[in-house]
This record gives sequence, structure tokens and C-alpha cells, in this order.
Amino acid sequence: MKNTFIGAPMERREDLRFLRGKGTYVDDLAPEGLLYAVILRSSVAHGRIRSIDASAALKIEGVHSVITARDMPDGPPIIPMRLQPLPEFKPFEQPVIAHDKVRYVGEPLAVVLASSVAIGEDTLEHIAVEIDDLPAFSEWQVAAQNKSLLFEQAGTNRSLTFYSRKGDADAAFAKAPYARKEKLNTGRHYGLTMEPRGVMAEWDAGKGRLTISGAAKVPFFNRRILAKQIGLPESAIEMIENDVGGGYGARGEFYPEDFLIPFAARHVNRPVKWIEDRRENLMAMNHARETEAHIEIACERDGTIIGLRGDVHTDMGAYMRTNGAVGARNVVQFMGGPYRVPHVKLDSHLWMSNKTPVGTYRGPGRFESSFYIERLLDMVAGDLGIDRIEMRRRNLVTAAEQPYPIASVQPTDAHDQYDSGEYSEAMNRALKEFNWAEKSKFAGKLIDGKYHGLGIACFVEGGAAGPKESARLEVNGDGTITVFMGSSAVGQGVETVFAQIAADALEIPMDRIRHVYHGSTTTVSDGYGAYHSRSIVMGGSALLDATEKFQAAIREAGAKKLGCRPDEVKIGEDTVSGGGKSFPLAELAGLTAEGAFLNKKHTYSYGTHIAHVTVDAKLGQVQILDYVVVQDVGRAINPLTLRGQIIGSLVQGLGGAMLEHLQYDEQGQFLTGSLADYLLPTATDFPNLRCFVTDDYPSPINPLGAKGAGEGGIVAAGGVMANAVANALSSFGAQPRRLPLSPSYIWELVQAGSRQAAE
Amino acid sequence: MKLPPFEYAAPATLKEAVALLASHGGEAKPLAGGQSLMPMMAFRIAQPSLLVDLRKLPDLKSIAIDKDGVRLGAMVRWRDIQDDKRLAQAHPLLQAAIAHVAHYQIRNRGTVGGSVCHADPAAEMPGIALTCDAEMTVMGKGGQRVIKAADFFLGALTTALQPDEILIEVKLPAWPAGRRFGFQEFARRRGDFAMAGIAVFYDPDAGGTASNAHVGVIGVGEKQRRLGKAEAAINGSTLDEAAIAKASAAASAEVEPQDDIHASAAYRRALTGTLLERALKSAAG
Repeated sequence: MKNTFIGAPMERREDLRFLRGKGTYVDDLAPEGLLYAVILRSSVAHGRIRSIDASAALKIEGVHSVITARDMPDGPPIIPMRLQPLPEFKPFEQPVIAHDKVRYVGEPLAVVLASSVAIGEDTLEHIAVEIDDLPAFSEWQVAAQNKSLLFEQAGTNRSLTFYSRKGDADAAFAKAPYARKEKLNTGRHYGLTMEPRGVMAEWDAGKGRLTISGAAKVPFFNRRILAKQIGLPESAIEMIENDVGGGYGARGEFYPEDFLIPFAARHVNRPVKWIEDRRENLMAMNHARETEAHIEIACERDGTIIGLRGDVHTDMGAYMRTNGAVGARNVVQFMGGPYRVPHVKLDSHLWMSNKTPVGTYRGPGRFESSFYIERLLDMVAGDLGIDRIEMRRRNLVTAAEQPYPIASVQPTDAHDQYDSGEYSEAMNRALKEFNWAEKSKFAGKLIDGKYHGLGIACFVEGGAAGPKESARLEVNGDGTITVFMGSSAVGQGVETVFAQIAADALEIPMDRIRHVYHGSTTTVSDGYGAYHSRSIVMGGSALLDATEKFQAAIREAGAKKLGCRPDEVKIGEDTVSGGGKSFPLAELAGLTAEGAFLNKKHTYSYGTHIAHVTVDAKLGQVQILDYVVVQDVGRAINPLTLRGQIIGSLVQGLGGAMLEHLQYDEQGQFLTGSLADYLLPTATDFPNLRCFVTDDYPSPINPLGAKGAGEGGIVAAGGVMANAVANALSSFGAQPRRLPLSPSYIWELVQAGSRQAAE
Repeated sequence: MKLPPFEYAAPATLKEAVALLASHGGEAKPLAGGQSLMPMMAFRIAQPSLLVDLRKLPDLKSIAIDKDGVRLGAMVRWRDIQDDKRLAQAHPLLQAAIAHVAHYQIRNRGTVGGSVCHADPAAEMPGIALTCDAEMTVMGKGGQRVIKAADFFLGALTTALQPDEILIEVKLPAWPAGRRFGFQEFARRRGDFAMAGIAVFYDPDAGGTASNAHVGVIGVGEKQRRLGKAEAAINGSTLDEAAIAKASAAASAEVEPQDDIHASAAYRRALTGTLLERALKSAAG
């Protein structure tokens, strides 16, 4: 039987469970004796803690205990960096609970354990907290003055500068016939998950074991951190991944609560559960994206890019968290996007501020840098009188240049290269699907009171972070097969695609794959998680390896039973045969084989976004009439779920382009603490989105040929929308230089243009 | 995000409801549709000690229409207004405005009385009440009284209602057949609170000359308000391009917006004029 599940648009196996309300999220768990944790968070942005007095709180009926830093005899543990763990970052890492200073609104001060969440919340106002205010700041420019320091011992508010280098930019700029310098900004976003975070911890005092539910993304890594912090061997901690309502890079990193809740459970010897509410979610989960770029581009007169140089400033918030440096590195490593840039000299400065710390959010650094390069390309094309399409065609990396090396970054010694693809082919497909030739007639025109504009942006998306992923297969008692994966499910539909890959490799029907388990630390020996669009490439390749080893193990076991050589054994759908005999696969129940995939290289899927918008210049209102994404993913495992990934990430990107911005006042008070203030796209905002998937250039770095593809929808959305608005308002000379493109901002651009025209 | 502790009562008569409100020394709150009060309690911005649920009061749910106008019971829900076919003639401005209230689910729950008493500066119903010279009938310990809209809305989330008083009815004066009107608002997303909204009506004579212009603005400044200078610019005009431009400029000049996280003051000022211009054009059309 030769299967072709890979490449087939298969419906998600997990949906039946979700649609019937049978999903199990961490908040669905309520073991006997459960206590509910509610966290007292700082309302002061920057200050020195004088005292925390919970004596009044402890008298409230239903309150079991209140935990503060004083309950941790050796002081609160520090959360280490998971990615780029440089010594420079050490002074800026976050303690699991504030003990001497608070540095942002939302920082945990105390944990109330109560018999209900409501009682816990009632209790918060009865905890007396005295904090001496220190000068707070919420802008990198103020941080850079180093007048008020977040970490006195560090002596600076700058945790690091990344240096991105290629060629000799200064020499190239000196000779360049044309250059343009711009200041551009992106807003502060976060990967808002539909289901907020949650942790439940159960302590078995007799066995000395901790069981933690609500794990996601990187459970094995988090177990290593927790084991060290809490003084248990890793083997005494089990992390369980339940159903998860969205990850986006933010969920599943190690946060203060990932220590506090297990600690509390052991401290009081009761199960403890904490479920984040939306207000907490907005101020406690990692923020992302807020950067300011001062960049210069140099080109030949024909538009050929010579180089990029300048500085990018990232507002890191109050602490360096697990993956907080990734965005700030990526923004300068990938500034060139899919374009050939021979000379790069970009410095990325990481500034601490009195805001929620940052981490990765889908397309970290890439959304920002795509906005920057795409804005620059349109401005350059305008200056040099070159068509925008031609400008891009001239600079897109060609298949002949692959693998194409990009800038290297110090001090992390990051070297990288793109893997495969003729990037202009995706652009050509997008132009055709969009019907650019016809629609470009509308560009800049005023029709029925609205200005029409077209925007284009091309992108690459990185994926497949190593070093390794694991997978295991096991024969069940009924002869079906169970798959255990080291990578995590955060809503991407991996149960379906892993079943497709396994069923194809084993040449059996999909329903013979009974279960796909993922993420929990008990089911495979090791796992690396779900980030950097790595699950299909890394997990899928590990699964291929596991299927080979699994088949070999069945042949060997079968040979013994059948009295033949292993290579004479044939593995059927539910039987094993050889030497003229056969037996049911079920007789091998418990047989298992584990596989792995090791990889240091990255995949780069790529593509093009094109948008047709209208702008009501008086309202500053932008509407999308048509939007096309073409993405080449190397090899599409499931075009249906992939389409969901692209459209979903695109809508998130449009949210960042048009609506979303986490805001603070100058004293670090948080101004966007609800979804009435932090505006997400709703179902009616962006209806006209189309996507097309191609797999013309398989990745050479993995046996599937697949490339990570969960982030391409988001990466180019900011650039394409800003370019479309600029095009629509070209008669006003409008050049959007920051996101989001709010009505107020667009109106200001129109006013500035009108004033200039009048003068 | 859990509600603070409170007591709850659902009295069957107005008299009981008033007595309950009076019994808690200003700490009790009437509960109508709960679309603003419940989130405020979840955020612990409001912590009333007693909620007096008005859902069992039989007399507050009707829309009565006669020659004197439209009387909206305090517990009339937005959905009732949208579904009442009589209102297309009896008060088309009301129906036009209510279509902009929040989202489908909220319109099924939210009430006229809840919105008027909450007095959000960006809410449609208080804006319509003020623009249309509505009269609010309220009942307290001392019996009933009628408060004119102009005296009712005192500021952001502040009204002339006493702690023991319950709004019973909002009366909108009769709507003459030849009246022209427009309603325009603009929010960052459909259903959000408006960054600005304009309600306008006027009565043209046979020659098209306008009189009795009423212009109300919501979402700009500290409270919903009338724009007297814009009204003056409309009265006596035939609403030609020049008159519309003049009224629009007057409206922009008259409002007192402030910067906030969604829009600059300058934008809101300009938006007010733009929306009045569009409302007047749609009124004329």
C-alpha cells in the first residue's frame, strides 16, 4: 500500500474533540484539595520594596496562605536565558518574585492561596505593600541617559548590543551613488493567546514527586530549570501538556509563575492551580516588537542594493527573559529579508525600561525588519524613478545564489544562510493571482471618496531550530500504533500532520495511528518543543527516523516468531508475515522504537504579500479590498492546516499593522490593560484574504524537504500595509514611518501632506 | 476578574426596588442589562454592596408611541428598538444610532436605562437623549420626578440621579414627518466606542430652509454635548455646500477633545467636523 497522506488537505483529527467540548485544558483540572493561586502584582513601575504585610489577609476566611520572597530561604531563584544565554545578560535576569525592587507594573509580589479565585482576588487589597517610588521610564531614549538605573550593579540600562556585519559597509557607502536614511518605528505587541496561561502543580510528598499540568512549548527545558531552582532531580518532575489555546511564541516559556505555583504546592503540600486572567495576561505575558530603527540604505542608480547600516533600539522591558534577545538579534540579522544585501553594518541596542519584559512573538524581529526594508525599498524606488516590482525583482535572491549567506551577528557568533528557492517566482505568482497589471490602474486614484493603493512586500521566514528532536512509536494491545513526539502542540494541528507522516512512512491507513501524544516529559526521553516553526521539520524528520527503526524492530521480532530472516518479514496493516506464516501485529504489543533528528541548519520558506486598500483620507480609515499571500514551503504536508496557519498569522500581522499597540505613560503606568484598549482584529476587520501555497523548492536540509511555515503570514503584513497606504496617499506625499497605521496617524500624514502642498 | 462580594435582590415592584436602594446608604446599584456594570465590577472599579436587579419589574420593558413622542421603558433592550418597525417613522434617528451600539450579543442584553444612567461620554443613547431634548422620569423615596436631558448628564459617568432613584422611562419628543436627520460615528473597529459620533436633525420649511437644528456629539471631550454654534450655522440655511462647510467648521471649533491612546485631540476635532458634514449630507439626501 502506497499512501499519499503527505500533501493531502486533511481535516484536523483534533477538531472533533474540540468541537464536541471534549478538549481538556489546564483549567478543566480540579483534583481533590485544590487551592487556587491569585498573584498580587506591583502597581508601581519602579520602586524599592520596604515591606509586604499579609497578616490581615491571612485572617480572611478561605485564605490558606500568602507566599512572598521571604518564604524562600535562599532568596528567590533567577530565571535563566534559554536562548542566547550570554554572561552579559546575567545581571538583568528576572527573579521569580520581586524581593528588593519592583521594575514593572505587573511584577509578582505575593501569591495568595485560597479556596476560590474570588476569595483570592478579594484578599489582594488586604495585603499591605509599602514601596518607595524610584524614577520610572518607558522610553529607550530615557533609558539611554542612564540617569535612573533599573539594575544599579549593572551600571547601565543597556543589556547588550548585537553587531550584524557583512562585507564592508562603510567603504561601500562612501562610494555609493545614492543613499537614504530613515527613522522608522514598530509598535509594542504581544502574542495574545485565546486561552490565557495556566499552571497546576501537585506534590506527592511520599514519593517526592511534582506533577505539573499546563506545560507548553518547551517542557523539557522548563523541567531542567525548575529542577535546579526547586532542588529536585529532573526525574522527580513530570510536565504534562494539556490542550492548549494558542502559543505564538509567548506561551510556554519559563515565567515567574512556572516556579511560584510548583513551589506553593510543595510549600503547603496541596495541589495548587493558577489561571491567568486577561488583565494579567496583558501585563504578565511577554511583550514584543517595540523597536526604533535609524537606518540607511545605499543603492546603485538602477536600484541594486549596495548596503544597509545604522542602529536599531529595542525596548526590552524590565528584565531579560528566556528568549527575550531573539527579536533584537533577528531584527538586524534579517534586515535584508529576501534581498541580496552585500554590505551590512547594523547595531541592535537592547534597552531596559519599566515595562513588561519582552520575548518572542511569531516572526520575532522579522515583522519589524520586514516593515523597515519594505518601506525603504518603496522610498528608494520613488527617489530613483524605478517601478516597485522591478526594484524588488532586481534584488531578490536567486536559486543560483543558494545557499545564500546573510549577515553574521556578534557576540553570539550567529552565522546563517538561506537554503533554497528562486524568490522572484513567488512574487510572479502573487502578481498573477492578484492581477497586479489590472489593479495597478487604481493606484493613487480617488474613487467614490476613497484613495486606492497597492502595496507589495516579499519575505523569508526562518524555521527548524535545532539541535534535535525525538519521536517514538509503540505497538498497542489492539495492534494499532501510538506516536509520541518530543515537540509540543500549541494549536498548530500537529496531531494530524504527524499522523500523516507516520502513516505514509509505515504504509498503513491513518486510523491505524491511534494516538499522537506530544509535549509531556514522560512519553519520550527528550524533547525540544514548539518554536521557530520547527515542529514539522524537526519533529517530522525525527518521526521518519523513528518509523525506520520501528520497522526494523518489528522485522527483527517478527523474524524470531516466524523463523525467517528479518529481511523476509513483511509488515502489513495489522499483520506481520514471512516464511509463509503470519501473526497479528497486536502480538507485538509494547514493542517500541525511538528516533531522532539532529540539525544545525535552518529552513527558509519565502513568499510575497500584495494588498489593495482604500483610504478614507478624512477619517484615516483603511480597508482591504484584496490581499494575496504566496508562500513556498518546500513541501506542504497538509495544505489545509497550512492555509490556516498562513491566514491566522496574517490576521495577527494585520492586527499589528493597523490596531495593536501596548502603551504606557511616561511613568511606566500601563494604559492598555483590557481588550477595549489593546485592539485585536475581529472577524469583520479583514475579510478579503487569499493565500496560495507552493512547494517548488524543497529544503535540502531535511529528509521531508519541508520548511517551517507558521510565521510567513505575519512577517510582511506591516510593510505591505504601510506601502499600500503610502501608495494610496501618494498625492499627499504620505510616507508612513511607524506602526500601527491608526486612523489618527494616517490623518496626520494627510494633514502634513496638505500643508506642504499649500506652502 | 472575579466579582467582589455583593448582595443581590430581584424585587417585584418599583417601590421595593427603591426601598432596597435607599437601605444601603448609597452603596447599592440597580442592575439592568449589566453590560457596563458587570465588567466594572470584574475590574473592581465598582464595588456596590447590593445589586438591585430590575428584571422582574413589569412596567419598564415597553416602547410606547403616541402623538407626544416615544416613551422607552428603562429595561427596553437595544434589540427591541432595532426590531420595532414603528420606530422607522416614529424615531428614525434613534434606530440609526442604536445600530452602532457595540455588538450583536451586547445589543441583546444592554438596556436604554442602563446606558443612560451609566452616562458614558461615547455612548449612543445618552447622546440621542441629549440631542433630542429627552425627559427622564425617575422614581425615588420621595416619589417621581422628571429631569430634562440637559440637566441629567453632568459629566463622564455622572448624572443627576440620586442614589435611591431608579430611571423608569426616557421620553423622546414627537418626531415630525418632514424632519431631516443624520447619524455618523467612527470607531477603530466596528462596535468599539466611537472616537467621535454626531447626531443631527433639523426641520426644513417648504423652501428647504432649516430651523430647529439639533446637533449632538459623543466620544469627544468629557461628556456628550450639544453644539450650539453648529446648530446656529444650520438654522436659516438651505444646507448648501457652503452652509455645511460652515456648520462643520463650527463643530470642529466648538468641541474640546483631549489626546488619548486611540487618537490625538487634533484628529478628534477634525473628525467631529467631518462626521457632521457627512451626517448633514446624508440628511439632505
